[in-house]
Amino acid sequence: MLSVERISKTVGALKLKDISLEVRPGSYLVLLGASGVGKSILLETVAGLVQPDSGRLLLDGKDITNEKIQRRRIGLVFQDGALFPHISVYANIAYPLRCKKLKASAIRQRVTELAEDVGVAHLLKRSPTALSGGEIQRVSLARALAGEPRCLLLDEPLSSLDTKARFEMRALLRKIHRRSRQAIVHVTHDYTEAVALATHVAVMEHGTIVQSGTVHHIFQRPKSEFVAQFVGIKNFFKGNLRDPDSGQGKTKHFRTDGLDFSVLTDGAPGSGFVCIRSEDVTISNGVFSGQDAATRQAHTSARNNFEGTILDIIPAGPGMEVIIDIGRDKPMELAAMVTSESVKSLGLHCGKKVSASFKASAAKYIEQ
Amino acid sequence: MNGPTKMKTDPLSLVFCALGGLVLLFIVAPLASMCIDCSRPEFTETLQDAEVQNSIWLTLSTSMAATLVFAFAAVPFAYLLARKDFPLKGLVTGIIDLPIVIPHSAAGIALFGVVSRTGFLGKAAGQIGLSFVGTGAGIALAMAFVSLPFLINAARDGFLAVPVRLEKAALNLGASPSRVFFTVSLPLAWRPILSGLILMWARGMSEFGAVLIIAYHPMVTPILIYKRFGEFGLEYARPVAVIFIAVCLLFFVAFRFLAREKQHAQR
Repeated sequence: MLSVERISKTVGALKLKDISLEVRPGSYLVLLGASGVGKSILLETVAGLVQPDSGRLLLDGKDITNEKIQRRRIGLVFQDGALFPHISVYANIAYPLRCKKLKASAIRQRVTELAEDVGVAHLLKRSPTALSGGEIQRVSLARALAGEPRCLLLDEPLSSLDTKARFEMRALLRKIHRRSRQAIVHVTHDYTEAVALATHVAVMEHGTIVQSGTVHHIFQRPKSEFVAQFVGIKNFFKGNLRDPDSGQGKTKHFRTDGLDFSVLTDGAPGSGFVCIRSEDVTISNGVFSGQDAATRQAHTSARNNFEGTILDIIPAGPGMEVIIDIGRDKPMELAAMVTSESVKSLGLHCGKKVSASFKASAAKYIEQ
Repeated sequence: MNGPTKMKTDPLSLVFCALGGLVLLFIVAPLASMCIDCSRPEFTETLQDAEVQNSIWLTLSTSMAATLVFAFAAVPFAYLLARKDFPLKGLVTGIIDLPIVIPHSAAGIALFGVVSRTGFLGKAAGQIGLSFVGTGAGIALAMAFVSLPFLINAARDGFLAVPVRLEKAALNLGASPSRVFFTVSLPLAWRPILSGLILMWARGMSEFGAVLIIAYHPMVTPILIYKRFGEFGLEYARPVAVIFIAVCLLFFVAFRFLAREKQHAQR
């Protein structure tokens, strides 16, 4: 649907080099990258606010590289919302509709629908200067959607929000994407947003795309050290969260492919992901079963203890990455980062049976 | 916090207060003295003088007309200066400030060369039966010449303070550049522009040198004050000056108040 083909652009010290991306209908692409790599310039180039030095943009097969901004049908939500402070929330959402010269009754109906959709119906008469960060982003989203864009671009929409507002906004973005299959490109430096929202991820470094693919592909098979360090999570599991049997406490059960993890989270039961940094996984010699397993559980603060077989030991930066298969019904890889001294002293080698542990607090749950 | 803080009674603040007091005294003392020295009968008599009334009305109206007519070109020009880069922009900015630094009698002479019957503008206007020398139109031109920089600079600063991001957002939402200007840039820069309009109007009213060269008659109040001072002395000039200052202050304060109200309404 939207194709970015070899776009290059230099703005001061920022350089975009040969950027190519493909956004398919209904996909949610998260563009991950550190601050200052040119993510926002890329979005502005796609939106037509910045003209590329070279390359082209195609929307539904049509070349829009030199198309007027107003005719592109690409909506952009700015990081700070960019609401017009001198007009009401209603007038902000109505702005693109008035540009289209729709009738007042049609505008009123559409604004009301959109405001209800994003949960700002009670704020329509307010001034944008009297809104919270989360409310600003919701209004900005409604305003962008009012223009009925073919593709919606979001420039770090969650970065200035507090934790509660961020979760609510994530849920809203998921709802909008699921319901309308709106194609979305979402720029962020936070990998958890990619996990929670994306169908596809592209990672940007030094003004260029270093890897792109599905979320699983990027997180579990990082192509370069930069991607590995940036997304940083190899232990990445999809499954369902449920409350503990006793119904007490914050430690919940997360079931994934036949295994149960204990997870310390405030998250509500439902489907989601659990991420565990490989640095948080410890390995010990020996396999515990039956009574031994219960004894071990009683002598460690780690709530998650699994037996497995070492599949691979890979040098990774200063340490060694040990890949262990902890799966029961089917293979399931768990990566543990250990020192090379530990590999030697524990006598770790491929095929060896070991125990792997991590704490419930090290398992980060991300709602889907 | 970057804003002003409550003043403390430390030695440095006290010294600065004393220096500030001197500056204020320098401004207020001559004006106060003039008002005190003006007797009530003189004041009442001058207030009823048709020549004074006509002169004040002429001054207010021509300055207002000059401000409003030139604002149509000056405000879009200020937007251009705030948003676009073009060759010789520095030179253009310097030219805008020129009327502030050149002596106003010299500005009047320069303008006279253009608007007199032999000047290109005077000739062109003459063909449609319009004359600038010795007319209200000429006075308005002289006033505008010396006061335009105040409007252009204030409007340019106002537009510069409008985040470019908001204009980009409007374009992205389907607005044409002219719609962006009228619905986003202009309303957001309105207050500095209004301040610029008030400044231009006030500066135009007080103009003497340039107006004297272009049109001694009909007589604007600064020229009337000068004429009465020259012909009859201080006692005759003073009441006119007091009345003129009072009228100017009244309008100035009223417009400033309106501008502030507008700002509160936008919050």
